Amino acid sequence: MVESLPTARARPLSPHVQVWRWHVTLVASILHRATGLGLYLGLLLVAGWALALASGAEAYSDYTGVLGSIPGKIVLAGITVCLFFHMANGVRHLVWDFGKGFKPATANVTAWGAFAFAIVAAAALWIVLALKGAL
Amino acid sequence: MAQHRTALGRARGLGSAKTGVGHFIGQRVSAVALLFLGLWGAWSAVTVASGGFDGAKAWLGSPVNAALLVLVALTGFYHVRLGTGVVIEDYIHKPTTKAALLILNTFVCLGAAAVTAICILKVAFGAGAA
Repeated sequence: MVESLPTARARPLSPHVQVWRWHVTLVASILHRATGLGLYLGLLLVAGWALALASGAEAYSDYTGVLGSIPGKIVLAGITVCLFFHMANGVRHLVWDFGKGFKPATANVTAWGAFAFAIVAAAALWIVLALKGAL
Repeated sequence: MAQHRTALGRARGLGSAKTGVGHFIGQRVSAVALLFLGLWGAWSAVTVASGGFDGAKAWLGSPVNAALLVLVALTGFYHVRLGTGVVIEDYIHKPTTKAALLILNTFVCLGAAAVTAICILKVAFGAGAA
């Protein structure tokens, strides 16, 4: 709306990325958005999966063939990490909504915890996939 | 011109549009739902990935699986539309581009959610092509 008011003074801008020292909580915050956008792609892939399944065996085999290729697996692995990071960091956000967990030391630990959960849970999921012979 | 406007007149339109609370609550309620749906979905992906076409059809033949996957699609695309909308509003400042992307975001999410739900129901009701 500022653009439509030529007489208004320039509004103050909040400090942006370049003025902050890199820190684990900053990385977690940025990655929450990035992984959320990654999950947009993930949901679209679920939509494609449902469409392929409803279109018959041939379409399904083509679709899972693309997802099962090396580039497909890399994308799916990335989406798995996105899912578990966004999930863990989302829980951090829900706790913050109750006014808890804001102490720097606590926020640092929970940020590292979200990274750890993302890696461990994604690795566990892919190990189970491999053990079940689904790769 | 500017000096004839009151402080209130200048402030109007720059603050809350009185619709933010619905967005805030919707984002969080869907987040809580997706916490459970996401865990279920990740676990289900393992089952479906190892079953092939017939296995996937049989899996969706279970009403619980079909219902939960419809909920994943509806809740997921709702949540992702809200989140992506905020990202667009934050980083795209040109009003026409911003409006176009917000509308595109809504269309993609609604369209994909509808297609996903219909496809799931089609397979679940046994009408899927052989």
